[in-house]
Amino acid sequence: MIKWIFAAMLIISAVIGAADGNISEVSSAALNSCVEAVELCIYLTGGMCMWGGLMRVAEKSGITDVIARLFRPVLKHLFKGLDTSGKAFHAICMNITANLLGLGNAATPLGLEAMKRLEEEEGENEVTSRNMVLFVVLNTASITLIPTTAASLRLKHGSAAPMEILPCVLITSVCALISALVIAIIFDRGDRK
Amino acid sequence: MSDYVIPFFMALIMIIGLAKKVDVFSEFTEGAKENLKAAVSVLPALIALMTAIGMFKASGALDFISMAISPLTNFLGFPEECIPLAIIRPVSGSGALAVFENILTDVSPDSFAGRVASVIIGSTETTFYTIAVYYGITKVKKTRQALPASLAADFTGFILSALTVRIILG
Repeated sequence: MIKWIFAAMLIISAVIGAADGNISEVSSAALNSCVEAVELCIYLTGGMCMWGGLMRVAEKSGITDVIARLFRPVLKHLFKGLDTSGKAFHAICMNITANLLGLGNAATPLGLEAMKRLEEEEGENEVTSRNMVLFVVLNTASITLIPTTAASLRLKHGSAAPMEILPCVLITSVCALISALVIAIIFDRGDRK
Repeated sequence: MSDYVIPFFMALIMIIGLAKKVDVFSEFTEGAKENLKAAVSVLPALIALMTAIGMFKASGALDFISMAISPLTNFLGFPEECIPLAIIRPVSGSGALAVFENILTDVSPDSFAGRVASVIIGSTETTFYTIAVYYGITKVKKTRQALPASLAADFTGFILSALTVRIILG
């Protein structure tokens, strides 16, 4: 799936760029974006190392155990066959905690940690596992409790009530998550081979 | 308020760690070292994705697609001003914020389109980036239903943002 989108974006960019007279911008974007990717990776690396270190201290101190116990009743039905005392489950719970608190910068490193642990516990494979799909979906359609970024930009542009969107955001993000989970579960093709 | 969360969370971990006699410094560096290797393995996926997004944005394809699908969005009651935002949102977080800023400069944040744009920014995520980076750290090549399910969430988000603003905020 990703391969088609990747190829389509490059082809569309070349064709439309040439047709619209933007081809020199497309050319320089190609050369600059890969450098930006390295910059972003360095930025991510800092976060991943910091949160990975903190996670390990929290694990050794038994803190992640306590947080995992809070989520266990709900998440054990979603992530079937996953050891709820294992490192993958702990990392998943920490990632969800960070998402709920609106800490996007912490959620990504913790999410990557969880993906790595899931692969360790479920075995390396070229095909994704069901639990990986569900976890990724939880992050691409995560529930927002407080839309801080949107509200601050609204305030900056002179909104009379920057937070009035809160109920709409809550309803919208809950429904989006439900539709994603339903589709992920309906189209689950069972064991990977 | 959110400024308190991270420092106090970190302080709490240190206090509990010391109380449980954990060597907090060497455990921290050990965990950081493990993730250092993992972070490098994400780079190839990031380079592929960001190159594609950068070229796509520069080509003017965004305006072209917006124009092509405007009859459909008008039918669904989705504001025309928000179409570029809906297209860029799943692909690029920084791109979406730039488009959002443009919308708020053109129309009032308290107008229909301004509110819908705000709800979209508040309730959806950067789908492609998340999938590419999360799977980039694993050996997985076939992501199966992860992308369609995530895009369904984005689509639901776009439709409902217009619907909830119309019903709740009038």
